Amino acid sequence: MRVLTPHCLSEALDLLAGDATLTPVAGGTDLLVSWPHRPKDNLSLLDLSRLHAELAPMRMTDGHLELGALTTYWDVITYAPIAGEFPLLIDAARQVGAIQIQTRGTWAGNVANASPAADGVPVMIAYDAEVVLGSRRGRRTVPLCDYYTGYKQTRRAADELILAIRLPRQRRDVHWFHKVGARQAQAITKVGVAVVHGEAGWRVVANSVAPFVCRCRNMEAALESGLHPTGPEELRAIVVRDISPIDDLRSTADYRLNVLARLLYFAPFMPGPANA
Amino acid sequence: MSIGADIPRLDGAAKLLGTAAFVDDERIAGVLHGVTIRSPVARGRIRAIRFDPSIDWSQFTIVDHRDLPGPNQLRLIDVDMPVLAATEVRYKHEPIALIAHRSPRAVREALHAVHVDVDPLPPVFDPRTPLTPELIQYGADNVFKRIDIRKGDPAAVFASAAYVIEGEYVTGAQEHVYLETNGMLAFHADNRLVVRGSMQCPYYVLDALTHAFARPRDAFRVVQTPVGGGFGGKEDFPSLLAVHAALLAEKAGRPVKFVYDRQEDMAVTPKRHPARIRHRTAADRDGRLLAMEVSVLMDGGAYVTLSPVVLSRGTIHAAGPYRCEHIHIHGETRLTNSTPYGAFRGFGAPQTLFAIERHMDVIADRLGLDPAELRRRNLLKPGDTLATGQVFRDDTDLVALLDNALMHADYTKKKSEHAGFNAQHGYMRRGIGFACFQHGSGFTGAGETYLASEVWVEGLPDGRVEVQTAQTDMGQGTTTILAQIAADRLGVSTDAVCVAQPDTSRVPNSGPTVASRTAMVVGRLVEQACDDLAAQLGAFAAQGTASPGERIRDWHARRPGTTLRGRARYVKPDTIQWDEKHYRGDAYAGFAWAVHVAEVEVDLRTFATRVTDYVALQEIGRVVNPTLARGQVQGGVAQGIGWALYEKVALEDGAMKNAQMTNYIIPGCADLPPIRVFFDEQPSPYGPRGAKGIGELPIDGPAPAVINAVCRATRAVVREIPMTPEDLMELHSRQHGRH
Ligand SMILES: Cc1cc2nc3c(=O)[nH]c(=O)nc-3n(C[C@H](O)[C@H](O)[C@H](O)COP(=O)(O)OP(=O)(O)OC[C@H]3O[C@@H](n4cnc5c(N)ncnc54)[C@H](O)[C@@H]3O)c2cc1C
Repeated sequence: MRVLTPHCLSEALDLLAGDATLTPVAGGTDLLVSWPHRPKDNLSLLDLSRLHAELAPMRMTDGHLELGALTTYWDVITYAPIAGEFPLLIDAARQVGAIQIQTRGTWAGNVANASPAADGVPVMIAYDAEVVLGSRRGRRTVPLCDYYTGYKQTRRAADELILAIRLPRQRRDVHWFHKVGARQAQAITKVGVAVVHGEAGWRVVANSVAPFVCRCRNMEAALESGLHPTGPEELRAIVVRDISPIDDLRSTADYRLNVLARLLYFAPFMPGPANA
Repeated sequence: MSIGADIPRLDGAAKLLGTAAFVDDERIAGVLHGVTIRSPVARGRIRAIRFDPSIDWSQFTIVDHRDLPGPNQLRLIDVDMPVLAATEVRYKHEPIALIAHRSPRAVREALHAVHVDVDPLPPVFDPRTPLTPELIQYGADNVFKRIDIRKGDPAAVFASAAYVIEGEYVTGAQEHVYLETNGMLAFHADNRLVVRGSMQCPYYVLDALTHAFARPRDAFRVVQTPVGGGFGGKEDFPSLLAVHAALLAEKAGRPVKFVYDRQEDMAVTPKRHPARIRHRTAADRDGRLLAMEVSVLMDGGAYVTLSPVVLSRGTIHAAGPYRCEHIHIHGETRLTNSTPYGAFRGFGAPQTLFAIERHMDVIADRLGLDPAELRRRNLLKPGDTLATGQVFRDDTDLVALLDNALMHADYTKKKSEHAGFNAQHGYMRRGIGFACFQHGSGFTGAGETYLASEVWVEGLPDGRVEVQTAQTDMGQGTTTILAQIAADRLGVSTDAVCVAQPDTSRVPNSGPTVASRTAMVVGRLVEQACDDLAAQLGAFAAQGTASPGERIRDWHARRPGTTLRGRARYVKPDTIQWDEKHYRGDAYAGFAWAVHVAEVEVDLRTFATRVTDYVALQEIGRVVNPTLARGQVQGGVAQGIGWALYEKVALEDGAMKNAQMTNYIIPGCADLPPIRVFFDEQPSPYGPRGAKGIGELPIDGPAPAVINAVCRATRAVVREIPMTPEDLMELHSRQHGRH
């Protein structure tokens, strides 16, 4: 195993440009899982810990909330301006692992790791987040909702780093997130959903129900058109077209689909008898 | 008076400060690290073990069945289990060979360079599988043990009863998840093979070593290192690991250490026996139980281990704390090609008590009675007999115990509040449920007589006393309570008492640390050994007012170099009679009794159940140390809630597939309710100052109490645990015809 520790961003990008096999490491909370069982002989880590000055800052500009790549969940929980405009970031952050993980794990790591169960991703997609990627070749932004192309597949090129995640500021009147894990803390999501309504319309984003975190566009369209469900089955028939849940060690496809439909049906923003 | 006092744990400071050295903390020069080559399949004939020539195997110590000096048998109740499989494997991950090397990394990597070729044979995974000759692997029919308990003539009663209620209840396996995984260290010292490690029963380990090495007891020394949790998981299994470590150490001529990582520990060690229990009950119009037929089927896994005694305790507890004159309980434990099931806190009783306590609620519903009223009409009263004919002589008023528990839980008020809440809420459902149960203290039947436990209390030259037993402290507080019992009996402060580390070279065999026996059985022996010590001091000189410490110092001053030792050995009280052949008589010298009440909230969006309040009221005789006793109850309740709602062992080829803490879910603090603990104290004639056992009782009640509450909340009829949200969703959709 090799560990390279660049001291500034341009050094990091040089290293990445020269060796496409480098694996960036931020909080390490994904990379170090099952560490003793992993083959490490051919592993080369690019340690980002010295890039704090360039990658950590979190700022609210006129147009955006920008989370530098080393921003942790805990940073977000304790950054007061976020609570009013992006409350779901805090909701999600508080439900990631437990405090130890929240203080080490980064939002960018959550995005880059590309787990279908990632809890930071649905709330960010619901806020129309964009991923800022950088390499020797330059910078580009990719909407987070288009960032994934398959299970653990992303649009990031091997020489690129995630530099930041940007969330547009907007007027929004619905912010709702629900994580279903097998217990209250330290749980991998079995099914989760974030819903936001604002100037840009409805966003419904679910995790652990498809090979990657995805927008439920049929459900969004139904909400736009003012649906008025009379039972969870009605929503199930819509959302089933948005997702492709599976049976695994943690849950069943049936459970994931049903619970997603039931969560939406009973959610406070949903018109219909459940909230009559 | 030190009994009844909240003496802080004697081992507490060392554990808080991190100075307690667990086996993996022991540093020993030149130690080799051992790992295990295991079967890749559930059943088959071993054709070859191939060692990849890319590795220089001369650097490794390698042991297989041919290296055993004695019989290739692990001595437990039976000797059917090999130490290392020779020709046939009976479960996936069964140990076949052992390798050791100086570098833990090298030995782990070497493991991938060993290939075991096995010709598969047809396995059995469900104990109900109809047998064909090629499936038979034990006796004539794969049955490890059969038990029948009979009282009266149930068949005659069923014909004329007003009600006959039937039900089948299923309980799953459970993993112990002790914090410290299994670990063992073996080396030669002073012409003996020394084994140090994490264990509950040093003398079981010693027996296993003497058998497999065919050497006398004094060829070995077994020492218990501090144990980070056991729950039964370190009752039978450490015997196997100790023999493995000793074989490698013997062959290498160097110290050898085994420490399992969490994944290996979960995948290969025993779990709670899964069980399937059928009830058929006759009741009259007033809800009085007239007759019971109970059949208990346990999955024993691939070898006998402790299955016969688990079945025994399970069947004896199967009729619950109720009066019933006509009972037939039939129990069987059968072989499957699963990882052998073994001891787990409760030892068969949680399974059968789940069944009877769920069934009582089902009966109450059939009869249109409140479940509390049904219990009041049937709970044992003095003079009644249990299933084995044992007369209920305790002063415990079980109806009062029930009513007090319900009062603490505000049962009646909660019931009506829940009815109102459930009628108006869109998706939350609340319910309250409870369970009444008992747990026998000490070994079953004649077990204590066979054990003939011995305890010593030694007066030291500095005036202190040392309690010498084989009782292990695995975090439950044994050391502390034994010191309290001795201090109380001798009239000294607990500071003047120390407790010996269990070490077979210097403590007597006071039996294993299992079966809720330490406080009651061993505690009583400590009292008797103290009396013997006092008698020796008294005979030596009646010094009037001199303190015991002064008298002990004085005794030594006059006889330098000699040992002052009080002794006691278990003698069966005449009042206890047991007929092993017919399963009649006094199954236990004493029972502890309890009523647990659980309140739950079920979210019908996610089908998740949250336990929101919990009352645990128990009668355990005299409480030796209230804080430790409360800890036992709260821990047992947490573990029981885990078994009921969270902990599902997913099996693949009979072995645990979700062998990781990410995927085997134990509840965390945020999932647990306030656990409100209350004691009722009715001193028992058999325990020290009237104490009875408490270690296992608290895990018997949570599953039925919680599931009864879930059934009240949702009107689902749950018959199987663990009941995950996925299971409840299935049940709900079946009962309501849609999602
Ligand atoms: C006990 C425990 C509990 C957990 N609970 C949760 C949970 O509840 N919900 C949840 O979603 N996750 C959970 N996780 C997973 C993990 O904590 C999160 O995904 C976290 O956000 C990862 O961030 P990190 O900085 O630690 O990533 P790292 O482990 O450092 O990296 C993860 C991946 O991202 C890549 N990466 C990191 N930074 C960059 C970058 N700037 N540019 C490009 N690639 C990058 C790495 O190469 C690696 O592939 C848990 C993990 C543990 C150990």
